[in-house]
Parts: sequence; structure tokens; C-alpha cells
Amino acid sequence: MDLKPAYAPPPPVIAPGHTFGTVTEQVAAIVLTRRHPYSWFFGLAIGFMLSMVLLMSITWLLIKGTGIWGVNAPVGWGFAIINFVWWIGIGHAGTLISAILLLFKQDWRTSINRFAEAMTLFAVACAGIFPLIHTGRPWLAAYWLLPYPNTMGMWPQFRSPLIWDVFAVTTYLTVSLLFWYVGLVPDLATLRDRAKSIHLRRLYGMLALGWRGSARHWERYEAAYLLLAGLSTPLVLSVHTVVSFDFAVGLIPGWHATIFPPYFVAGAVYAGFAMVLTLAIPLRVMYGLQDFLTIRHLENMAKVMLVTGLIVFYGYIMEAFYGWYSANRYESYMIFNRMTGPYAPFYWVLILSNGLIPQLLWMKRIRTTPILLFLIAMVVNVGMWLERFVIVVTSLHRDFLPSSWGMYWPTRWDIMTFIGTIGLFITLFFLFIRVLPMISIFEMRTMVPGAKVRGGKAH
Amino acid sequence: MAEFDDPTALVQATRRTYDEGYRVFDSYSPFPIHETFEAMHIEDRRVPLLVLGGGIAGMLAGLGLQVWVSAYAYPLNIGGRPYLSWPMFVPVTFELTILFAALAAVFGMFILNGLPMPYHPVFNVARFAEHASQDGFFLAIEATDPKFSHQATRAFLRGLGAKEINDVAH
Repeated sequence: MDLKPAYAPPPPVIAPGHTFGTVTEQVAAIVLTRRHPYSWFFGLAIGFMLSMVLLMSITWLLIKGTGIWGVNAPVGWGFAIINFVWWIGIGHAGTLISAILLLFKQDWRTSINRFAEAMTLFAVACAGIFPLIHTGRPWLAAYWLLPYPNTMGMWPQFRSPLIWDVFAVTTYLTVSLLFWYVGLVPDLATLRDRAKSIHLRRLYGMLALGWRGSARHWERYEAAYLLLAGLSTPLVLSVHTVVSFDFAVGLIPGWHATIFPPYFVAGAVYAGFAMVLTLAIPLRVMYGLQDFLTIRHLENMAKVMLVTGLIVFYGYIMEAFYGWYSANRYESYMIFNRMTGPYAPFYWVLILSNGLIPQLLWMKRIRTTPILLFLIAMVVNVGMWLERFVIVVTSLHRDFLPSSWGMYWPTRWDIMTFIGTIGLFITLFFLFIRVLPMISIFEMRTMVPGAKVRGGKAH
Repeated sequence: MAEFDDPTALVQATRRTYDEGYRVFDSYSPFPIHETFEAMHIEDRRVPLLVLGGGIAGMLAGLGLQVWVSAYAYPLNIGGRPYLSWPMFVPVTFELTILFAALAAVFGMFILNGLPMPYHPVFNVARFAEHASQDGFFLAIEATDPKFSHQATRAFLRGLGAKEINDVAH
């Protein structure tokens, strides 16, 4: 009888046959020497055009005010917060991969952390646009958001979750940027030493700060990097917790629930991993990176998606349970209306795309087939957006008094602003893969078999 | 400055150099090698201490700001609720703790490492400038080391099995 070992060591995170030189060559060449595939120009062109749509819709918003949007009584929170929460959530996977998986010594994170961190930055940048413009008068936002001594003698209200959001999101953006840059410095030194033209050498040289790979530097570098990871871990959990407080602190049926923080954090990681897969699967084909982004990476990410997806699905079930168990007529009407009311199709598509379709990931064959995984990731991207739409709109559109019931539909400007931020995200991401190494080269070197010191005691 | 073939050779050379009594020297590698830290007996606790300091400063700044704003500068009486409602100040305090600690970690690390540094003599060695950030493993004993002597140090490095030995021009 053929007995399988109970535990087989996982396949290596890098294809066999690589040396320090080939790893460096293959990743750095994408930035420095290789011709870019037509798909890169095509993607950048689409992203750039959509960014122009964003600029146009923001300009029109600043001229006319929020009247161009679909928000009105009773639904005062519309696309702006839906998109904000969606984008912020997407960002979370980058930090999770770079910080939490680092602390757990999951070495497969090495080939995905760089571009996942970039994704975080760009997603947070897209998210940040919405709170800035949501009043239509962003230049007035300074004094009610930022604590600075102004001539009116006014200060922000620190008991409001919306102010907590400002601090959480700006801290998150700053720390993510630092984390990303610190990780980039040794790779920028590599690019400095490989670049042919003097201008590029100077540019990368300046950014690399004169990094020379000294052991004394590496020691402090690793200490700082590990501490940053340790600081980012509670930070990333706090960000979506604070975002969920925006809802949970309110007294609106369907929002006022203690399950919101964990349910939002799991949803954020879920959406983020879906976006990482959405980016990674085309990238590895476009740039021939199958050696570094192996099937094992895709499968692991699919597993994380499956787990967080189940937590999110549990959240949906609990929401329905609360509605019934609360014995509160507004709560139970809210969930009944969500399932059968005018927005019911959105709810059921949400359940299908976030709850049911991802269950296919239980099958190994699907987890290891990139194209199917890509499709499921796309479904989850849509599903997570619908989740925020359902939470925001279905709770608000049936106010406590039937006389103030209403409906919410986005206008063309809402839709153009949203699509515009997707364009901005694509543009930034395509520019990133053009000018910076999308895989952390120095960390990949440590994955090469020759990097292990033979003999001597292990650390 | 000596160049070695692989991490193992570099670690052994570093160990021997330290045991030989050299102190002002450094090993260079394109990725962190923990064994070299041990071989050089590097133990620098200043980065973690800076992070702790940054975190405490951030906590005090965050809490202080909110207490000052809410209780002294701009007190709002809402239904007689206390001005010093500290539980509501936890999230911002927490975020600023993290922010200051992270800034301390990054800037502290760069400053302690003496970066940014636009010029360093090691880059005058052609092999170093080309390979140190890619696939080269180097060990440089500096002339300021009390034990340094041009002839003896060169012979010592040769004895370590170096692939190539260069003088670093200033």
C-alpha cells in the first residue's frame, strides 16, 4: 500500500536553479533594461484616461458642490463612504502580508510583499480622496479635522469616530509609506549599481541614501524593520476597527452592532487578498515571474481568502440573527427589508459573491488554477463593494418614520468619481512596476539555497 | 578589502578577523546575514530604545493634546458630560503612539547608520561598487584599527582565502 507521509515539506518559494545573480538580474531587468510588454502600455493608457475622468468629476464637484451626487435625505452617506471603506479595506492585505506574515516567519510572503505594500499605499491614497472631497468644499476641512491653532479658536471634536478616522488613516498611510521605503532602500542600491545611465544612477543613488550593505547597518536595519512590523500589526487592526466605529457608534439599525470591528477587519483582509490576487495573476504572466510567484503563493493567498471569507460570512449570518434576536422592531425590519426590500438583489448578489462562490476555494484544483482564482478574486472584489453599499444604503433609506423613507441611486458623477479612483489606482500601480522593483530583491536573495551559511551554529 | 565567494566564506572570515583582534572592520553583504552579526559581536540596543521613547512621546503627545483641547482650550458642555472623558481619547492616543514609534524606528535607524551618506570610500573599489549590492561578499579592515599594518593585514586576508584583495583609496 502506498503510504503518504502525514506532513510533506511545502514546495520551495522560489523555483530551483536560481543564484543571487539571476534573482537580481530577473527582477532588476524589468525596471532597467527589458522592453515592456504591450499590455503595460495598454493598462497604463486605460488607467490614465480614467484618472482624467476622476479629475473632471472632482473639478465639477468643486464648482457645483455635492448636489451633483445622489446623496440626499434620508440617505446622506452614499458613494463617498462606500468607496472609502472599500479602498481602505483593500489596503489592509498589503500590511498584513508585509507585517503579520513577517512576524510569523512565513517566508512565502517575500515575493509578494513589495507590490502588496505598493497596492496598500495606492489604495489608501484612493480612499483618502473621498473623505477629502465629500463635503464638496475640501479647503474648509482643515480646521475641523486637524488640530491646529486657528483664528476662530476652534478645535476638533476628539470624541467623534470621524476624527479617529483621520488619525488612523493618516498614521496608516505614513507608516505604510515608511515600511515600504525602508524595504526599498537596499533594492534601490542594487538599481543604483546596475543602472547604465548616469542620470538613473544619480536618481537611484539619492533614493538609496548611500546604502552599502554593511553588517552593522544590516543589524540596525533588521531591528527597525522588525519593530515596524510589530507596530504595523496592531495598527492595521486598529484602522478598520476605527472605520467600523463610524458606523457602530451610530444608532442606526444595522450599524449599531458590536460585531462590526472584527467583521470589518476580516472583510478588509478578504478584499485585500482578492485585490492582491487580481494584480498578481496577470503580473506573473506579463513579466514571466512564475519562478518567484509560484502556484504555492497563489494557493496560500487563496487559503487566506477562504478563511477570512468564512469570518465575513459568519458576520452576515450574525447580522441576520441580531435582527431577529434583538426583538427590536427597527432592527428586525432592517434585516427583513435588506433581504426583501428594494435593494434585495444587491443583498443576494452579495451573499452569492462573498459567501457562496468563494466556497469553491475548498477545492485544491481551483486554488491551483490561476484563471479560476482570478475570476473568484474578481467576484470577491465586487462582493466586498456591494457589502459596503448594502450596509450604508439599506440602513439609511428606511428612516425611523415612514414619512422620511426614500431611495438612493448614484448619479453619473458618483459613478465617474468611483471609476476614476480605479483609474488612479491602475495608473499608480503601472508606474510603480515600471520604475521600482516589484519584488523585494534582497529578500529574495535570502531565499536562494546558497544564502544559507553552512556549518556554524544556526541563529 | 577582501572579497569572498559566498556567505559561508564571509562568515568564517569575519569570525577569524574578530578572533585575530581586529575591531575596526566591517563585512558587507547584499542581504542580512545573522551569523556575521554574531561574528562581529554587534549588539546595538539603541534602535529598540528609540522606538520605546518615540512610543512614549507619541502617547503623551496624543493624550496631552486631547486633554488640553477638550478640557481647557475648547470645552464643550454637552448634557453635563465630563470634559475629561478619557476612554474616548484612547483611539487617537493609540494612533499617535504608533506613529511616533514608527517615525523613531525609521529615522533613528537611518541616523544611527549615518545615512544618507553621499560618499563613502568603499565604493572606490570597482568590484565593490558593482557587486556589493548584488552578489558580492566583502570584508574591509580599516586602517584606523590599532592592529592594522598594511603588510600583515594583507597577508592575513590572503590567509582567509579571499578571492581578491584591494586597497580602498580615500
